[in-house]
Amino acid sequence: MTPAAPPLPHVPADPARDLRRLRAPADLGDLAEKVVYAQRLSFDDGVRLYRHPDLLAVGRMADLVRERLHGDRVYYNINRHIEPTNVCATACAFCAFGRDAQDPAAYEMSHDDVYERAAACVAEGATEVHVVAGLHPQFDLEWYEEMLRGLKARFPALHLKCFTSVEIAYFCRLHKWSHATVLRRLMAAGLDSMPGGGAEIFAPEVRTQICDNKCDADEWLQVHRTAHALGLRSNCTMLYGHIERDEHRVDHVLRLRALQDETKGFQAFIPLAFHPANTRLSHLPGPSGRLDLRVLAVSRLLLDNVPHLKAYWIMLGEKTAQVGLSFGANDLDGTVVEEKIVHMAGAESPERLPVERLTFLIREAGKTPVERDTLYNVVTREQAPA
Amino acid sequence: MTATLASALDAAYDKAAAGTRLSVEDAVLLLGQGDVLTLGSLANAARQRHNPGNVVTYIVDRNVNYTNVCVTYCSFCAFYRPPGHEEGYVQTFEQVAARLEELRAQDGRQVLLQGGHHPDLPIAWYEGMLRSIKARFPEINIHGFSPPEITHFAELWKLPMAEIVARFKAAGLRSIPGGGGEILVDRVRKIIAPMKATSDEWLAVMGEAHRQGLTSSATMMYGHVETLAERVAHLDRVRRQQDETKGFTAFICWSYQNPNTNLLRKVKDPAGAYDYLRTVAVARLFLDNVRHVQSSWVTQGPKIGQLALDFGCDDMGGTMMEENVVSAAGTTYQLPPDEMERTIREAGYEPRRRTTFYEVLPPVTVPGART
Repeated sequence: MTPAAPPLPHVPADPARDLRRLRAPADLGDLAEKVVYAQRLSFDDGVRLYRHPDLLAVGRMADLVRERLHGDRVYYNINRHIEPTNVCATACAFCAFGRDAQDPAAYEMSHDDVYERAAACVAEGATEVHVVAGLHPQFDLEWYEEMLRGLKARFPALHLKCFTSVEIAYFCRLHKWSHATVLRRLMAAGLDSMPGGGAEIFAPEVRTQICDNKCDADEWLQVHRTAHALGLRSNCTMLYGHIERDEHRVDHVLRLRALQDETKGFQAFIPLAFHPANTRLSHLPGPSGRLDLRVLAVSRLLLDNVPHLKAYWIMLGEKTAQVGLSFGANDLDGTVVEEKIVHMAGAESPERLPVERLTFLIREAGKTPVERDTLYNVVTREQAPA
Repeated sequence: MTATLASALDAAYDKAAAGTRLSVEDAVLLLGQGDVLTLGSLANAARQRHNPGNVVTYIVDRNVNYTNVCVTYCSFCAFYRPPGHEEGYVQTFEQVAARLEELRAQDGRQVLLQGGHHPDLPIAWYEGMLRSIKARFPEINIHGFSPPEITHFAELWKLPMAEIVARFKAAGLRSIPGGGGEILVDRVRKIIAPMKATSDEWLAVMGEAHRQGLTSSATMMYGHVETLAERVAHLDRVRRQQDETKGFTAFICWSYQNPNTNLLRKVKDPAGAYDYLRTVAVARLFLDNVRHVQSSWVTQGPKIGQLALDFGCDDMGGTMMEENVVSAAGTTYQLPPDEMERTIREAGYEPRRRTTFYEVLPPVTVPGART
């Protein structure tokens, strides 16, 4: 495993100066002190941070933590999403991507379709492909093992970040194998790391309403626990802005924090903004920009043991993602190219941001853009990618 | 950050927090180096000094762009058509009235009347349009003719600018939009709008309108070829004018919008949201004599438009049933009244409708508004 242990927040030489800089209102003074002295925040602290009217004061606390962890560096990567099929048996209420097999908009890629897309992105300088898909009985473990082997044979340097916990749990059910067996087989075929999707909201009273057929919180966490034990790195996510309350978001992040205390295997936390269009929850308005930023900030403050926080521009839009760099985020994710899952739910962001735009946005925010690979190693290039 | 810079910034923050008038140097320092969230909090405290309380206002209005024929050829504009172009149009009074009936159906209070710089229409045509609107729609304020239009009329009709303002006022005009302010520095104007009114001309129209009892708004379009110091110079000219004539009700700024315009070649990177929030916050702090600052959700989108309420803005501008000028350059955000109310409430404020003159109207129940 590449050692990428988080540089834990430390108490600075001049905490009084940091406290002044936070300009915290009196009724956040105790939390500002905890943040400055790097003390762990509690469940109740998290709920208070969600409810405090002074959003910018909460943002400044998160920004201090971000700066202690990462200085002025903001990461991006050059990657591509490949979603081999949208046929999905799960029918989650929040999803506009999944289709019934008979639906005219259903699609299934061949292995060659996948390789073709990978070849195109490698030619453009991508260091990673991100592969996730619907739960489709024909897209079973063997299909994906062949895909991984095919990708590795053709593009040995390309990092294969594939399969959410939910997909892993599905392969396990399909083949009646354990998590460890499935993960070992996929690793043997070329899997390099796992994305963090499918976490949604862990709390059962929310989870049963938005994704009743999906693996539960314990199984989601167990898959990542197993993956970390086998030496895989992974990310973690939270889908917010639908029917959940402040307490559910805090609970979700604290469950991730507890697992990270055990395994140290999460690299990044990525809050995912709910997009209502074309879903069964389309009567909901979706999160405001203020909630987007608050989720970033409170997550940065609570999740003190996960090094990176991503402002995922695909879901937030370019503008909110950029402002997120002052609310605790230190990563803008990648250039992406062709994204279906969020765009079928009405996302108005483009499907790709050129490297020049990503780095401009980072510089405008007063930070230094740094290209990373999936494992947060710095990528240096002789020439800027096309 | 060096210790010298940090202490200079702290001194500027302290001045802003105390409500002391900021110098041009203070504003350049804050705009260039200030922390965006600190600026936001300071600007919001200033907003509370100017407009205490929990109300955020907006106006139900619509744009009427009575002609798109224009002889000014600004490089950043995607709306205009030159004379003789097959897509050029001039609306009849009946077409204008039909649009205002739609506005009346929404209980609208303002029409933003703006057009291209048409080379042939006589003053009587404009007076006739104003009188016909005033007679049929007395409750709808006519907010019309930005300074470049009035300057254009003065040249076209060979009349003193003050006489045009007086005749328009007699025909029903009550306030003037701040359009065409762009950046009030002639070096910049020569590059982006060489045929449009100079800075002095723009301010002279506003000053004259104020002296004749009309109100107006002040605008700034940034993020093209200007420097940060030139943005502050713009704010300084607005502040000086306001010290003298006091007629600006509000300030609005927005970033130059790509992509369908000739200026594109000169502006590689359209400004982001970060720049917008810093700029609007510094404007709130610097313009200590302008009471209201509007959020530009039209250009920034509803999310950042809402967030601007944390960065010193106290007004969400108009619902604009129809917007043709900015959308011609590629931005098409919409915010109908129900969404407007929800957006304001979601930010923790009470939405209230207003008139052009910032008279707050009684609360209304907006059909379809989610609370």
